[in-house]
Amino acid sequence: MYRYDQYDQEIVDARVEEFRDQARRRLAGEMTEDQFKPLRLMNGLYLQLHAYMLRVAVPYGTMSGKQMRMLGHIARKYDKGYGHFTTRQNIQYNWIKLEDAADILADLATVEMHAIQTSGNCIRNISSDQYAGAAADEVADPRPWAELLRQWSTFHPEFTYLPRKFKIAVIASEEDRAAMRLHDIGIELVKRDGKVGAKFFVGGGMGRTPMIAPEIRDFVPEEELISYAEACLRVYNRYGRRDNKYKARIKILVHELGADEYRRQVEEEFAHMKTLGIDPPVAELDRIRAYFADPAYETGLPEAVDRSDPDFALWLDQNVVAHKQPGYAIVNISLKPTGGIPGDASAEQIELIADLTERYSMDEVRVTHAQNIVLPYVKKADLYTLWQQLDEAGLGASNLDLITDMIACPGLDYCSLANARSIPVAQKIAQRFADPQRQRDLGELKLKISGCINACGHHHAGHIGILGVDRKGVENYQLLLGGSGAEDASIGTITGPGFGEDGIVDAIEKVTDLYVSERQEGERFLDTYRRLGMKPFKEAIYG
Amino acid sequence: MAEFLSFRTGDAAQEPAVTVEAFTGQSNATAVRIEPGEDARDLLPHLDRLSLVEVNFPAFGDGRGYSAARILREAGYEGELRAVGDVLVDQLPAMRRCGFDVFKPNHPLDDAVVKTSLERYDNVYQKTIDGRTPVWAKRHPEKIDG
Repeated sequence: MYRYDQYDQEIVDARVEEFRDQARRRLAGEMTEDQFKPLRLMNGLYLQLHAYMLRVAVPYGTMSGKQMRMLGHIARKYDKGYGHFTTRQNIQYNWIKLEDAADILADLATVEMHAIQTSGNCIRNISSDQYAGAAADEVADPRPWAELLRQWSTFHPEFTYLPRKFKIAVIASEEDRAAMRLHDIGIELVKRDGKVGAKFFVGGGMGRTPMIAPEIRDFVPEEELISYAEACLRVYNRYGRRDNKYKARIKILVHELGADEYRRQVEEEFAHMKTLGIDPPVAELDRIRAYFADPAYETGLPEAVDRSDPDFALWLDQNVVAHKQPGYAIVNISLKPTGGIPGDASAEQIELIADLTERYSMDEVRVTHAQNIVLPYVKKADLYTLWQQLDEAGLGASNLDLITDMIACPGLDYCSLANARSIPVAQKIAQRFADPQRQRDLGELKLKISGCINACGHHHAGHIGILGVDRKGVENYQLLLGGSGAEDASIGTITGPGFGEDGIVDAIEKVTDLYVSERQEGERFLDTYRRLGMKPFKEAIYG
Repeated sequence: MAEFLSFRTGDAAQEPAVTVEAFTGQSNATAVRIEPGEDARDLLPHLDRLSLVEVNFPAFGDGRGYSAARILREAGYEGELRAVGDVLVDQLPAMRRCGFDVFKPNHPLDDAVVKTSLERYDNVYQKTIDGRTPVWAKRHPEKIDG
């Protein structure tokens, strides 16, 4: 994985001092809260309902054991002993004091981490495929490209006050595990004439107006990646709407201009950008690539796994994924135990994962956009002992991609924007469907919950989505069906009138019951819905 | 406290800036003021007679002026490029990188904070028109001409 050189380290260290000075000026009253707000936001510090929330960047979701351990240390020392992994592969802490923020950043900097641009109207943490480097189906490892973009976007002087936040994802497989087309810019690495380049999709997103990004360019060569990205951003910075916060994302610009006209403007700007010499030499991408070379795999390892422990066998079938290297496997650690808070981990659990990362996964760990953890390089021979240690720590849930593996935003329990609580609803659904046999019978079913229209819980992209709204002071939950954040991306449709907290759980049970009775061989819930359409589901719910 | 900050040598331009519409419609003005919604590229045919471009920031969060500044510098404009309006001290480093060389903020800036802000970062990741060597060029000196 990537390691900082002296330049990267100096930049992050300087950022700590800059923020320390900004916080000091704010605490001394030299700055108003209005003036301080964009500065703290640019560093991931939000003022929430009860305290400050700090969001720490995990670039493209990849960390070492040492970095993971630091996240546990921060949870223990500065928070109430928990961290919350997010849909941008980051981690956030909900109980932070402004006085401590600079010290936390200083601690992070000792392990090559930061909170730069984890909020604010700027380019956010670049996300990627959690199986990058370990998946058999990728064209190339997408992370060197993501790292190049991370550096380019860090303190980009022109794009620090964009109309709105800006999210980029990079993937390199046809199977989309990162909701790439629901990003402001989604990049898919593709091969043409033996060379890897970037296919650009621009103008996707969730929020109030969900959009699937149209393809804007089929191939950008690696030596022009930065010029092209810069052209995309410049057109947006100049012409994105600033009159209405809810129409300010690039998806609205692309939609209003039309993909063809946006493309034309980008091409014009790109032709100009290419002449400026702003692209790093290919040697720079090669330098970064060297950090992502395959780890030192052992050969001749056994393939067979002893399945005699039935609980282990269940976990193996559900949470362990094929690896490109013989003798190895990709392990998913579910952060969705029944009754838990999706994405939450205690300091002890984080530290345990750090230990297991070092012991069993060649010192690399990933965060997924579905708020789970991945150990990407585990020997099959170690799977059983690894599982035992996970299970003992409450990390052994065998529910990857099942109905209880939900994405949920923090909701009204923490977030000042929320209209409704998400966590209690997630917990009630998990309890209703707690029977593992029933979950497995329902199969792949991506359920996603947002506590407000901003859609942090990706409800538009859920096979089943739930949107919490405030109806005359009462929490009300709308049900959506048919969304997908994968390569078959689609936006869910609202079934009809919303429900109360218990009613929404009943409604979900009605649609899953209908699926069970109507499904054909091999169909997932989403497939059955797409074949039958909304009508029978609506009848089952409201009939 | 600084009410007017210049990083240019010589005297600041004195002529009052006119609107883009007035400027492109008259032949003798040498100073112009760009508002956020206006296209800096409208000025490109007239760069040779310009000695001052003011870019107005009615609100600090409106970043269109950063693009306007870079576009002018990328086109070879070498005259005074002045950021006016709601310009905050923490924005100076990025504005300098985009080519602004004079600042006339609504609220005076603390000189000491200005100095530390501008000197804080020894390294930058991007190549812009400010002439600073980006980190990637420092890493690969053999690949970079000039």
